[in-house]
Amino acid sequence: MNHTTRVLKSEWTKVRSVHSTVWTLATALIVSVGLGALICAVTASTFDDMSTGDRLTFDATYTSFAGMGLGQLAMIAFGVLIVSAEYSTGMIRNSLAAVPQRGTFLWCKVLIAGVLVLVVGMLTSFCAFFLGQALLGSHGVGIGDPGVLRAVVGGGLYMALIAMFAVGITFVLRSPLLAFAILMPFFFLISNILGNVEATKKVGQYLPDQAGTTVMAVVPETLDRPYGPWEGLLIMVAWTAAALVAGFIVLKKRDA
Amino acid sequence: MIEAYGLTKRYGAKTAVYNLSFQVRPGAVTGFLGPNGSGKSTTMRMILGLDTPTSGRVTVGGHAFRGLPNAPRQVGALLDAKAVHGGRSARNHLLSLAQLSGIPARRVDEVLGVVGLQEVGKKRSKGFSLGMGQRLGIAAALLGDPQVLLFDEPVNGLDPEGILWVRNLMRRLASEGRTVFVSSHLMSEMAQTADHLIVIGRGQLMADMSVQEFIERNSVGFARVRTPDTEPEQREKLIVALQEAGGQAQPENDGALRVTGLPLPRISDLAHSADVRLWELSPHQASLEEAYMRLTQGSVDYRSTTDMRAGLQQPAGAPGMAVPGTVPPQAAPVPGAAAQMPPAPQGNPYVAQQPVPQQAPQPGAPEGGTLQMRAQQPPAGAAGSSTSSTTKNEGEDA
Repeated sequence: MNHTTRVLKSEWTKVRSVHSTVWTLATALIVSVGLGALICAVTASTFDDMSTGDRLTFDATYTSFAGMGLGQLAMIAFGVLIVSAEYSTGMIRNSLAAVPQRGTFLWCKVLIAGVLVLVVGMLTSFCAFFLGQALLGSHGVGIGDPGVLRAVVGGGLYMALIAMFAVGITFVLRSPLLAFAILMPFFFLISNILGNVEATKKVGQYLPDQAGTTVMAVVPETLDRPYGPWEGLLIMVAWTAAALVAGFIVLKKRDA
Repeated sequence: MIEAYGLTKRYGAKTAVYNLSFQVRPGAVTGFLGPNGSGKSTTMRMILGLDTPTSGRVTVGGHAFRGLPNAPRQVGALLDAKAVHGGRSARNHLLSLAQLSGIPARRVDEVLGVVGLQEVGKKRSKGFSLGMGQRLGIAAALLGDPQVLLFDEPVNGLDPEGILWVRNLMRRLASEGRTVFVSSHLMSEMAQTADHLIVIGRGQLMADMSVQEFIERNSVGFARVRTPDTEPEQREKLIVALQEAGGQAQPENDGALRVTGLPLPRISDLAHSADVRLWELSPHQASLEEAYMRLTQGSVDYRSTTDMRAGLQQPAGAPGMAVPGTVPPQAAPVPGAAAQMPPAPQGNPYVAQQPVPQQAPQPGAPEGGTLQMRAQQPPAGAAGSSTSSTTKNEGEDA
């Protein structure tokens, strides 16, 4: 059996054999879909109170993704835990003593985690979309409408990328405490502020989550970015790749 | 075979390991001894390629660890018993490690049985005691049936039964021709397990020799001599006679004398010619633990100070407030003991009379008897300590 296949199998055993995997991923799904549904239901009942302008630029797809802002935190938690658990428990020494090729170790972990979060991300995105549209009723859109499928698939990709960004950052930081303390407030508050306040918007809108969310919007006016939806996602991919490469360099260079 | 050449590791200004060169040969248990913080674990991590040496290199079977093809099949290691994800079951922990090297799941159940954890394999390791953790760590090391095994403090937290089990396991692995490298800070434990010793202090090599040689070189023998308690002048007479013959005699607490520098038969002859009767004349061996402490004395990083209980004291004059123990905290070295005791004669009738102790010795217990059991031929004078010829048989640590 090929060496990489073996490492992949081992990483899969690791990820499926701890409860935190189920908890974080289930939380991401439930919070995203649940909160999205709630907001869609509220919007549907108050739709007639909205101004004409708001009604014209109403983005039904984006509204159904409203829960992802909170749900992504659980995705980040998954990414942080899958890596930091190796360090906080000391398991990393067992792992690296068994796989001295640190690159193989890291990329196998990234691949296993990546596939898992992509599946859960897609599931979250599609569930949130269909449930949200059902609740929006006549104000909703169909999956076949222009740009909608792209937004829904993009939503799944977004969830996967944000988790992988956390994986990369945690490989750099190693400590779960540090990783949570930096990533959680950043994605919950700071980047939203930086990305939306006029003074910092110019730079803030290029932050990973601010850029990535563009792919989920169907109506361009929703976010008002100087780049398109796919370009936005590409910016986020670049951030994620940079985080993973940084994690790889740290793992390679530093003592375990 | 593990080979280290000029291994050095610095963490900032602190040098953890300095210019360490040694070989760990197959077919023997090699003990790796040193006080806490002396660089044992750092060295083990460097062997496993986890830490990169600042200079020097270490190879396993001629390869740097990171260059070993399918490392887990060649090297097994127990570094830290707690280095498992508490939320993962013991079986899954081992399974994830087994899959890394293409070891079938069947082998996981096998090693769980070997270490006696088959009953709790499905349980999360969070609830494991330290001893169970050690067993799980040993199971992980055994997984790949490797030729080279490293164990960092494997007996920590184990019960006496477990300690005996680990000791037998190490010896069995070595007898199968494997390279077994075991670290410990317990000399007594190593004396019973290891064939060869590598002793480090402050990251530097202090001794690299067989256990036998270590004992011969580092432990100092003495004779316990007791004259009749009722006649103190006999004692004085003997002391003078011994000193004239070039020996040193130091009084012990119970009135006996600790004599060094003279062989036992000579002491007897001197007493006879001085017309002094003897109540006791017995060979003793300073314990290995003492010898080891003497060797590493200068390199102990963490030394305790007397607890002055500042601010917790009752007002002056209150009873029971005198600060006890201005004695230095570490065991005092055997004073003035320089000469070697002659080997205990094989035909020593006292030795023959004494039953050989069969109990599994605890770490810290006097060495002589058990060492003798293992090594067949007793090292110089070692038999004396536990098979002392008098009824008043006290451990020399007393």
